[in-house]
Amino acid sequence: MKKRKSAGIYFVLPWVIGFILFTLLPMIAAVFISFTDWSIVGSNTQWIGLANYREIFQAEQFWHALWITFRYAIIAIPLVIVTSFTVSVMLSKNIRHVGIYRVIYYMPAIVSGVAVSIVFRWILDPNNGLINFMLSWLGINGPNWLYDPEWVLPSYLIMAVWGAGGGILTYLSALKDVPTSLYESAEMDGANQFQKTWYITVPMMTPIIFYNLIIGIISAFRKFTDAYVLGGAGGEGEFYMVYLYEQAFAHYKMGYATALAWILFIVIMFLTVIVNVSKKFWVHTA
Amino acid sequence: MTTSHTNQNNHPLKRFILHKSTWIHIALILGSVIMILPFIWMISTSLKTESEIINPQMVFFPQGFHIANYVRAFQIIPIFRYMGNTVLIAVLKIFGEVFVSAAVAYGFARFQFKGKNVIFMVLLATMMLPYEVTMIPTFIIWSFLGLTDNYTPLILPAYFGSASFIFFLKMYFETFPKDYEESALIDGATHFQIFTKIFIPLAKPALITIGLWAFMGTWNDLLGQLIYINDPNKYTIQLGLASFNSLSGEILWGPLMAASFIALIPIIAILLYAQKYFVEGVKMSGIKG
Repeated sequence: MKKRKSAGIYFVLPWVIGFILFTLLPMIAAVFISFTDWSIVGSNTQWIGLANYREIFQAEQFWHALWITFRYAIIAIPLVIVTSFTVSVMLSKNIRHVGIYRVIYYMPAIVSGVAVSIVFRWILDPNNGLINFMLSWLGINGPNWLYDPEWVLPSYLIMAVWGAGGGILTYLSALKDVPTSLYESAEMDGANQFQKTWYITVPMMTPIIFYNLIIGIISAFRKFTDAYVLGGAGGEGEFYMVYLYEQAFAHYKMGYATALAWILFIVIMFLTVIVNVSKKFWVHTA
Repeated sequence: MTTSHTNQNNHPLKRFILHKSTWIHIALILGSVIMILPFIWMISTSLKTESEIINPQMVFFPQGFHIANYVRAFQIIPIFRYMGNTVLIAVLKIFGEVFVSAAVAYGFARFQFKGKNVIFMVLLATMMLPYEVTMIPTFIIWSFLGLTDNYTPLILPAYFGSASFIFFLKMYFETFPKDYEESALIDGATHFQIFTKIFIPLAKPALITIGLWAFMGTWNDLLGQLIYINDPNKYTIQLGLASFNSLSGEILWGPLMAASFIALIPIIAILLYAQKYFVEGVKMSGIKG
């Protein structure tokens, strides 16, 4: 047993070293950097105390970026959860060709990156884009999408729903675990399909919905690639991470951007804690 | 909703229409069309002529295959070099990420040592920590070391393991029966041998799954690569596409779609070829109700 005790730490050691080098040290550094006016190009870094934070809270652009991101999160997350949940329930109904559907719905979630953003830039093109062509068949004069401040958010929501399939694998695997006896006894009590879904499936799925909600919050606040590639008129595509990136790597305000990163972290933590507290009101525990 | 039972004696067409699964299929097929349409539109645009692309009467399918857009795309950005650079980063990264994560997971799954629980709690906590918080200080450290515009910052951290992969593999290893290693220990095997000769082969499906995840992550990552790579010769496929996208002047939709399509082929191919690993991965990760 003694040999066992000493061996374990050697296996774990690489991670501990990596944690110190790439997480702990940078985090400690991040606290200090956020109190300086560090810029990677100039020298002469000054300790400026809370000035970065003060500047941030006075910057209209900061509040704008935070608002854009928050507004997107609060609409996109429920939309995505409802979409992927509905698709998963349909896929779980013992229908034929489930495998094919699963790949098709899962594909947009896994195929991400710049290429997909570019494709959506083209699909949303006001003059020759696919969406406005299809709207014109219905006699609708399509909006200018990313070129119209009012329509930037809907453009991003379309992309979010299109990529909603990311959650279906987790929902599907959990849907299989719902005991069929629950449905059988509900059927005997005369419950219809809708009632069975609403009173049995949804409550049984709440732990997975909870999990996807947390993931959704974190990824909404980290949204970068789409926003970087697509932008949006009137600064409506300026998500938080794009703002942070620009401050750091276009304006070289490293101290300022590090302070922004801390604020991002606190916002995400705060929202996660709120959702966690709300858990006891709606998440079903077996 | 019991139509399928009550209408059993009716005309087959009526039965078909009223059958519940018919409607589910219709809904799923409609949804599938929406999911696939952007890909079809991308491919069809890439094969169109300039006039077909901007034709006010939408041409869904081009008249014949028009490969000029592909030729043009390769003239504008060296797609294969960028893809090669990305594969180089991904392969070097995955090798470390998979094996080191597995070793650390083995340590957590099979040993008791002082501070293990604390270390594991810290590991879980880092999974909640967005990369963005440490992004700038890490960048500053790398630039002090003179290692920016270099693949090192993108690859080296992988050799210290990844928290989420460690977490995933730890749970996977814990399902292995203890007999395997106990008999090996009696035969005089070292722990390292047990790890490489027993655990690695047994965990192959899980290792392939996380390898694929790691590949996808590297292939689709923009932010990390954007920060560290400046030299266009070292661009990855994401950086190449992003720079192509932001070229000033008239937007070259045809070549842009051609380049995007080529960039997506490896990912789509992996998904189609290895989808069972993704499905299995979710099952194995224990993210259940």
